[in-house]
Amino acid sequence: MSPKTSNQIAISMLYVIASTIVVILAALLGYIIISGLPAISWHFLTSPARAFTSGGGVGIQLFNSFYLLILTMLISFPIALGAGIYLNEYAKQNWVTALVRSAIEILSSLPSVVVGLFGFLIFVVQFGFGFSILSGAFALTFFNLPLLTRSIEEALAAVPDAQREGGLALGLSKWETVLHIIVPAALPAILTGVILSAGRIFGEAAALIFTAGQSAPALNFTDWNPFNMASPLNPMRPAETLAVHIWKINSEGIMPDAKAISSGASAVLVISVLGFNLLARFVGHRLFKRLTAG
Amino acid sequence: MNNKLQKQLLKRSKAAKLERLGKTVSFLALMLITVTVFAIIIFVASKGLSTFFSNHVNVIDFLTGKDWNPNVTNSKGQPEVGVLPMISGSFVVTVLSAILATPFAIGTAIFMTEISPHRGAKILQPVIELLVGIPSVVYGFIGLTVVVPAVRSIFGGSGFGILAGTFVLFVMILPTVTSMSVDALRSVPRYYREAALALGATQWQTIYKVVLRAATPGMLTAIVFGMARAFGEALAVQMVIGNAALLPHSLVSPASTLTSVLTTGIGNTVMGSLQNNALWSLALVLLVMSLIFNLVIRLIGRKGAMSK
Repeated sequence: MSPKTSNQIAISMLYVIASTIVVILAALLGYIIISGLPAISWHFLTSPARAFTSGGGVGIQLFNSFYLLILTMLISFPIALGAGIYLNEYAKQNWVTALVRSAIEILSSLPSVVVGLFGFLIFVVQFGFGFSILSGAFALTFFNLPLLTRSIEEALAAVPDAQREGGLALGLSKWETVLHIIVPAALPAILTGVILSAGRIFGEAAALIFTAGQSAPALNFTDWNPFNMASPLNPMRPAETLAVHIWKINSEGIMPDAKAISSGASAVLVISVLGFNLLARFVGHRLFKRLTAG
Repeated sequence: MNNKLQKQLLKRSKAAKLERLGKTVSFLALMLITVTVFAIIIFVASKGLSTFFSNHVNVIDFLTGKDWNPNVTNSKGQPEVGVLPMISGSFVVTVLSAILATPFAIGTAIFMTEISPHRGAKILQPVIELLVGIPSVVYGFIGLTVVVPAVRSIFGGSGFGILAGTFVLFVMILPTVTSMSVDALRSVPRYYREAALALGATQWQTIYKVVLRAATPGMLTAIVFGMARAFGEALAVQMVIGNAALLPHSLVSPASTLTSVLTTGIGNTVMGSLQNNALWSLALVLLVMSLIFNLVIRLIGRKGAMSK
């Protein structure tokens, strides 16, 4: 076979492979959206789930997912920002830094079940938080920290050194330079990282089964006192999220419309992730334009 | 007057204090993450090892036993906690899905970087980025409603089993492996390709003999990374594999993995009991495997760096 023929064959093979992948992925996305959309309605998105009869919704689960996402971000963002700043601006090239970096890498590659089990052991059992949003938020923080730290570090590293020199030349201390010049300059990239990790948190379930729990007690949406048990804001109540709900009804659900509910909930999850991705692009782009007057 | 001036000059300035505070706080944040990692390892190890130290289960029996039935004691008076079915289940689905995903992922990555960069960036890249973000329960649900019935009607049996798990994991790790392979291929310098083409090589010869060889460490990392993800994936696999703690004897019979037994079991056992400790030992096996994958990725990276 001449090189030209084999070239032709190989390249057409690559076309076949790439189009197979596109077909698989498009079919996957299409299936999720098309089978899920008929189930989605205002009623579905707002009403509570029913255990034995059909017609239940995912209102509480949806609220729990967002509440958990916000709490997790409130806890993990400051830590990740601090860690990212230290790693990129202060850390010297020595064995301590190398050790810390490998620790972060290990944390990012740990299976989420293991992280969830650790959260269960520490927060649910040891600290006595029980199955609660707070335990779930801490578990998700561990899950989220390595990736968020890395994306913040990369965002900071992408800021040109001239900016740092400029700040120091003006007589600012290093910390002031970081806080007033570097972080604002890296803000679009940081926000993009935050939103992308939000998508990951939103769909995570394995780390939550044994931390935030698998039940969604009824909530009273007129009671916003975080210390009341039925209040949506109470961080100590068990909170099944949307992703956990899908798993739960598929493994042990007995409502007659379990399949329709899971299709609807899956579509909601995928559309949310899509939304997070688009938002990340949009915000990063927009903010960059605004801050750089470009 | 002089004294006051001296004091003012020797005193740490506000900026210097702030500098020290900022540095300390950010260092503490970093240390928090590091300490957490060690805490996870230590806690899981201490819980997982108690099966062997306080329940006196033999480690070899544990790793090679074929019967998982922690409530029952066997003829030797020891509880039946053999994890071979789960370990083999985990390894089989991981390896099979990696074998299935590798050609597709690398083919697509080559297509995206070498053959049609424009279409790659416009169509494939966003789709793959989106798919990386699809939650694993959604993959599990699709597996349950599409893959399992398909396997059932084609191969018979219940449809639940290793094959269904493999297909679900294949689709799950495909985007990850593809996007990492794309990064590896993009990092091959342009002049490698130019030099090969200038020597009269066809496009395929350039790709096969030059670009792929140069990108091998990066692509190996991508595959191992995908395997690590497949090994640690819990819910999607648990939903389709059938959850029977038996040694897998066929691809379509119900089986189980380390993660599936963990997710279904840990809620039904009492903390501190042997049943519970045995599950923690499974978590420890999972943790150790994840560390090994990490080590492999590191070794590949080091080797790749040396050959440059």
